[in-house]
Amino acid sequence: MKFSEEFESRFTEMLTHYPTKRSVLVPTLLYAQDEIGSLTGEIIAELAQRLDLTELEVRNVISYYSMLTTKPRGKYNVQVCTNIACMLRGGEELLDHCKKKLGIGHKGTTQDGLFALEEVECIGACSWAPAIQVNYDFHENLTIEKMDKVLDEYRKKGTQ
Amino acid sequence: MASLVSHPDEVRVVSKRFGQGATNIDRYVDLDGYKAVQKALGMQPDEIINEVKSSGLRGRGGAGFSTGMKWSFVPKQSAKPKYVLCNGDESEPGTCKDRLIFEHDPHAVIEGVMIAAIAVGSHTGYIYIRGEYRYVSIIMQKAIQDAYARGFLGKNIFGSGYDLDIYWHGGAGAYEVGEESALMESLEGKRGIPRIRPPFPAIVGLWGGPTVINNAETLASVPHIMLGGSEWYAGIGTPKNGGTRLFCLAGNLNKPGVYELPMGYNLKKMIYEVGGGIPGGRKLKAVVPGGSSTPVLLPQEIDVPMDFDSLAKAGSMLGSGGVVVLDDSTCIVKFALRTIKFYQHESCGWCIPCREGTDWLKKTLTRFHAGAGLKKDIDNIYYLAENMLGKTFCPLGDAAAMPTMAFVKKFRKEFEDHLEGRPCPFEKVGAVEQLPVMA
Repeated sequence: MKFSEEFESRFTEMLTHYPTKRSVLVPTLLYAQDEIGSLTGEIIAELAQRLDLTELEVRNVISYYSMLTTKPRGKYNVQVCTNIACMLRGGEELLDHCKKKLGIGHKGTTQDGLFALEEVECIGACSWAPAIQVNYDFHENLTIEKMDKVLDEYRKKGTQ
Repeated sequence: MASLVSHPDEVRVVSKRFGQGATNIDRYVDLDGYKAVQKALGMQPDEIINEVKSSGLRGRGGAGFSTGMKWSFVPKQSAKPKYVLCNGDESEPGTCKDRLIFEHDPHAVIEGVMIAAIAVGSHTGYIYIRGEYRYVSIIMQKAIQDAYARGFLGKNIFGSGYDLDIYWHGGAGAYEVGEESALMESLEGKRGIPRIRPPFPAIVGLWGGPTVINNAETLASVPHIMLGGSEWYAGIGTPKNGGTRLFCLAGNLNKPGVYELPMGYNLKKMIYEVGGGIPGGRKLKAVVPGGSSTPVLLPQEIDVPMDFDSLAKAGSMLGSGGVVVLDDSTCIVKFALRTIKFYQHESCGWCIPCREGTDWLKKTLTRFHAGAGLKKDIDNIYYLAENMLGKTFCPLGDAAAMPTMAFVKKFRKEFEDHLEGRPCPFEKVGAVEQLPVMA
């Protein structure tokens, strides 16, 4: 299992922050997923071994956190918030628009592997609703037109 | 980067350095940064705690417990290390203030954690930031590195002989982790399932050591109290509700945004003056005053000072500062459904009333909103919520129950109208009609 140097140096440093090894598990899983795309069986086995945990214990943690996934998904994960503040300002319409435009549903991935779509709970952008996150980037105060632009930009970026 | 707003009624304490480039440590120091912690180092721990107590600072995460009081519960002597844990797992729908603090003034949070640590005799602090806020954690990571580079953190801080380490920690998506005991579980690398209390975290917390857990806004307020004095801070708010609050105005408003207003600011004024009123010539239908878990207020109930005690008296809660405004085009049944859908999704499933209660509520409200509701569903919705209240390990069950009960109580007519197909045109009917009816 090969992670980047950045991952390894962060991992080694993080181990010094806590009295127990397993404390690094949650953030480490997210960083591993960011690099590999999803939490594969190989990653799970590797991290379990490094942190003196069983694979089951690692899977048990993964299944709890909504950002963690064991299934591969599109390069750009479009996360549309439809929680109350976004709902009042058109979040659901944005989600419907994305479904039509990308031709996929909740947690689906486009055939070219470029986009994934997810209806998410509150992302902490309530005063700038409706809002989405594409991977970690926020896009706020959206309209259908602005949404199209955002998607087009990612498409351009992803196919370059 | 989230955009900033302003209003003449604002009293800028926590947001004083927003937009001032204070992520840069030199700039932060120029703006009176790291002075408060040096002052604290020259004080007795009890003096610090008393100063925070008399400032009237109460937990900004939602519960509104006296911060100084919380610190005073930590035992002076402890065989196990003591910890300070900053709760930046901001996830309550309607709330987006901690994100701004981290983004614009990360050193204020660090300094707040430092002062809390000195007050309780802890040498390790953690700043937990929700996983979705990646850019914010990058800002925080840099801020911590800079503080170490300056010798503000680490061994012998400011030549005082006091050692203090602070680390940031990232989550991976879980509302429940914002609950203090689940937060500790998550930091320890586990599923975010709440712990039973007592013992309270102040006695048995992280890795069994005494732990102070405070919200990011609470901790960011502390340096200002230390410098400005408790009397000044208490004087800004209303009795027993010291200081200011970052209010996140959201929903159907002309000028939504995060505004820092004195505690006790009138809600009506907040909506119509600060928030610019309701757009499109529509009328106010309801307000969720403090995040999605707080009971909804009707238009005739909003002439109320926004502080912990006044909101409690009005039958709701000040909560986390998320003010969500609903105009008269909103379907309350749909709004109640969306609220409960969130709690059902976020329930950790550990205790039965919450796991089963939120699930039944979601199923019933889904069917009801889709037009397949029965008259007895209305009472069942209330009954389900009522039977979760106070019967769960952690407040997530209450957070789901309280708003639901208020929706039914205050908008019963609208629930009844749904049975007749009014006023909400029934949405697409189909599979949801088949959802079970509770006996």
